[in-house]
Amino acid sequence: MKSLFKIRTKIDWKIYNAVAIAVFVGVLAVWTILSESGLVSSIFLPSPGKVFTYFINVFSSGSIWGDIGISSYRIFMGFLIAVIIGVPLGILAGTFHFAEALIQPFTEFIRYMPVPAFVPLIMVWCGIGETAKIAVIFMGTLFQLIPMIADTVRAVPEDLLSAAYTLGAGRKTVIRRVILPAIAPRTMDTLRMMLGWAWTYLTVSELVAANSGLGYNILKAQRFLKTDSIFGGILIIGILGLLCDRLFVLANKKIFPWAEGGK
Amino acid sequence: MFGFKKTVKQETETGVIEARMGTSKIVVQNLDKTYSSKKGDITAIQGADAEILENEFVCIVGPSGCGKSTLLRILAGLDEATAGSILIDDHPISGPGADRGMVFQSYTLFPWLTVEENIRFGLEVKKMPKAQADEIVERYLDIIDLKAFRKSYSKELSGGMKQRVAIARALANSPKVLLMDEPFGALDAQTKSQMQLLMREIWQVEKPTVVFITHDIEEAVFLSSRVYVMSVRPSRMVADIPILLSYKRDLSLKEQPEFLKYRHRITELLNLQADGTPA
Repeated sequence: MKSLFKIRTKIDWKIYNAVAIAVFVGVLAVWTILSESGLVSSIFLPSPGKVFTYFINVFSSGSIWGDIGISSYRIFMGFLIAVIIGVPLGILAGTFHFAEALIQPFTEFIRYMPVPAFVPLIMVWCGIGETAKIAVIFMGTLFQLIPMIADTVRAVPEDLLSAAYTLGAGRKTVIRRVILPAIAPRTMDTLRMMLGWAWTYLTVSELVAANSGLGYNILKAQRFLKTDSIFGGILIIGILGLLCDRLFVLANKKIFPWAEGGK
Repeated sequence: MFGFKKTVKQETETGVIEARMGTSKIVVQNLDKTYSSKKGDITAIQGADAEILENEFVCIVGPSGCGKSTLLRILAGLDEATAGSILIDDHPISGPGADRGMVFQSYTLFPWLTVEENIRFGLEVKKMPKAQADEIVERYLDIIDLKAFRKSYSKELSGGMKQRVAIARALANSPKVLLMDEPFGALDAQTKSQMQLLMREIWQVEKPTVVFITHDIEEAVFLSSRVYVMSVRPSRMVADIPILLSYKRDLSLKEQPEFLKYRHRITELLNLQADGTPA
């Protein structure tokens, strides 16, 4: 028992996997007992079987694909624009003290404003079309992304830059051939975390104003008290998020074989 | 400007093996460095003078916290002197450049580049034709004996290997001066000795002008042709000791009486510093 609680010491992967799976099975078991025994009404807590049936239905009829498609599109666009704007701004803020003064204090200020509160404003500005949802995701991720990228740049060891200078590199070369490659793996990791936020803001925007998408599906289910659909919808978002996350992790290992933990 | 000749007076009791006479490569005159901090100004270096000859291997030793690393960073152009002058080949320093290669105590290999790509870095920066660069990279891979690791990344190398690559990377650029800031400070004793032998060998073959910072007196005597001793802060040079030992050096030299004599003398000078008594 004591061997399982050594600080920062790896445990056998078999035990690790067994524990991880046991948690899933355990939650599923409690869920099944609570719902099937009738302890909790099925309106509040649908049985796992019912949620499973929902899955079968939506995937076999294919009705869910349209929602997955449109939601993925919104995420992709909002996230992409945030990355295109946020990553360069973050790099500038982390590299030049002047750019930091220009960008970061203001960013930090907006960062603390709750994005859902902006939704009504965004609707006034952008209407309720696709632009509005993309804008919510963009707002939600951009201002988190900038300081995180800036910090990644600041974490590049000073001696690495000094070494480049003493090898004849000028300012441009240092940025292009030292700072950019040095921050790449952690930047990818930051994007991975940001994608998680993007899924959250997607749902927020679709719950408020949409007539399609996974979030809207959940909202629609709520109107008809179809808790099994709500459960199913949330699970689909969770699974899609997890899939994106794992893809990012895999890609990171492949693209950056030199980084710690890379292959 | 001036490029005067300097002859070193011979110390008869040790016997002169190296007759050293040459053009001065680096001339440091009356150098001051002051940092401003919240607690007020700190004078790291005050009135430091030094002269380093072409192809000379000079070690600078000093109590910890004295300005020896600062001096090296100023030579590299990574830091600016507050007052005084430094001339390299009669030219003042303006910022860092490829003519002054540097090896750091921390591991500074670019982790995203392989061993050979690291060595090639400086050559690519100066846009050397590939064939010519290839030749240089091969030569240095051979010198540091890491041909088998040419495709390895930094994370796959031991500390000693990383420093070998760092030395090769700096030398591949054929700098006028090689600056080394306690490069073996983080290595274990065994690896450290091996690196000292290698460094000495490289110096004898390539003949770079080396300024080497260390707090290890044995290392300083073993490697160099001259040792500068710095005082505690505000630092200046308190002694300039020619090391007149045999040109070919192996580790057994460290046990020889004349080696120990140098070691003892420098240790005493440093102890005087630590006591705060002027030397």
